[in-house]
Amino acid sequence: MPLPRNKTRNYLPLVLLVLALFPVFGSSYYNELIAKIMIMAIFALSLDLLVGFTGLVSFGHAAFFGAAAYSVVLLSPKYDPGNLWLVLPAAVLTGAAVAFVVGLFVLRTKGIYFIMVTLAFAQMIYFVFHDTPLGGGSDGAFLNVKPELRIGEKVLLDLNEPMQFYYIVLAFLVVAYVFLRVLLRSPLGHALAGIRSNEHRMQSLGFPVFLYKLASFVTAGGLAGLAGFLSACQYGFVTPEILSWHQSGNVLLMVILGGMGTLNGAAIGAFAFVVLQEVFSALTKHWQLLMGAVIVTVVMVLPGGLSSLPQRLKGLLIGGGNRNG
Amino acid sequence: MDFSTFLIQLLNALQYGLLLFLVASGLTLVFGIMGIINLAHGSFYMMGAYMAFALTALSGNLLVAILVGIALSVLIGFLLEWALFSRLYKRDHLDQVLLTYGLILIFEELRSLLVGDDVHGVPIPELLSASIQLSETLSYPVYRLFMSAVCILLAIVMYWLIRHTRLGMMIRAGSSNREMVQALGINIDLIYRIVFGLGVTLAAFAGMLAAPVSSVYPGMGNQVLIICFVVVVIGGVGSVWGALVAALLIGLADTFGKVIAPDYAGLAVYVLMAAVLLWRPEGIFRRI
Repeated sequence: MPLPRNKTRNYLPLVLLVLALFPVFGSSYYNELIAKIMIMAIFALSLDLLVGFTGLVSFGHAAFFGAAAYSVVLLSPKYDPGNLWLVLPAAVLTGAAVAFVVGLFVLRTKGIYFIMVTLAFAQMIYFVFHDTPLGGGSDGAFLNVKPELRIGEKVLLDLNEPMQFYYIVLAFLVVAYVFLRVLLRSPLGHALAGIRSNEHRMQSLGFPVFLYKLASFVTAGGLAGLAGFLSACQYGFVTPEILSWHQSGNVLLMVILGGMGTLNGAAIGAFAFVVLQEVFSALTKHWQLLMGAVIVTVVMVLPGGLSSLPQRLKGLLIGGGNRNG
Repeated sequence: MDFSTFLIQLLNALQYGLLLFLVASGLTLVFGIMGIINLAHGSFYMMGAYMAFALTALSGNLLVAILVGIALSVLIGFLLEWALFSRLYKRDHLDQVLLTYGLILIFEELRSLLVGDDVHGVPIPELLSASIQLSETLSYPVYRLFMSAVCILLAIVMYWLIRHTRLGMMIRAGSSNREMVQALGINIDLIYRIVFGLGVTLAAFAGMLAAPVSSVYPGMGNQVLIICFVVVVIGGVGSVWGALVAALLIGLADTFGKVIAPDYAGLAVYVLMAAVLLWRPEGIFRRI
């Protein structure tokens, strides 16, 4: 399998170039859309670490994303820009810390239980923000002024500035991608792959499986926190809906849509999902009907996700029989 | 809290718990026997409630509405199993999660297209609309007692069906070894279709039964679904008995949580789940 992987990686500099040059030609609407896609791509990458690389199907990933987004609002001063040095690490830590606590419970379960328990815990956190006055209840809360990065008196980066925001998101996407690439090549990454394919064998080989899974869970939570931070900064407000199980379902959908277990796939999935959402909601108020139909179709006829599509088409054109082709 | 208030809360807890059991038993049966995780299960509950609303408005009689609704639910269950679920038995849970998530979106939008997004009510049938006087100021509606009685009756019927009938024997055998049962000449596809239809019908029936006391509103299925997951996690996947105990526990936790600490009542159920997970990660009861 190394050949196709190398082949896809050659496109990466091109993709990066397009993303970097996009704002020069794009309108502000499309810049915002691409920024949203990149944020969702970070979110999907973080979930892919769990679903695709550790074999943990989490249906509660929005909890970490949302808790981090809320932390940005809660930690920023009301009428002044927050300090990026403080707010960003705090958001990532919030995501990781919530993931740590939730992980201690949910990682005691496996398979189908894990799916249900992650969903239930995420729902619990949703209720914390929805029912208590902590984050403004069901109305949510506003981030009046977005954080900025300053040294002394000089403002280096200002997230209120759309263009700067776009490039910050792009930079973080690259950081997240490279970080996961390195992590997956590390001994930890290999151990996670081992756990994914045979947990019991890893256990009997003497690997502390629970700790490895917890490490993966916390890392994914922290990365989801990064995405949550960026999302709060993009829209300037948070509502309990960003913690809802629809959000968890959507990000799982991105991972699977793109083909799980590949970093590129998660990003492609995020792109496809947001674009579909955008196109469908322009068509009709009942856009979720179309989205549902797409999901059902993908599951029924395209089990490997969108990134398996070229392979399948090739298979069909060349003669179908050769699956490895 | 004086005695009659306590009694009323206890009856409410019982009624809520039993209703949850009705929905969760379908979920746990479909998973325990067919190995399918069905996120759309809550949608069937919603469908049931909306059918009760629409059919009562048409026929003017809840009983007629429920009978027609049951027939429709069985049909829907068979159709879905035949068209979609039967193709997913060999796939992993992820595909099932995804398919049923897609179905939730579809059902929710179809509901919006067909009935709209308003909140509706279903009148309580006249025969059951009375209340029992408990003290001078407090009374308890007969319909809620009726609901509890129906749920208990159904639980007994289900127990009998699974434990003491030929069909139940085939269902149990099918859950432990599909191929072997097939080799013995039993039509396992049909058995699975029946189980799935039964699961759908149980959820829809719970929705119909609940429609007169809870209003009929968009998103009602999702709320029930997540609580049902908690029931299944606490009770143990595939255990109908466990689902009953867990559902009653949750009924108690939720109802008395609302009395004791109204602001945090939404969390009580999840705290209970976390405690059970620490104590027994596999649920209190593992299997039937």
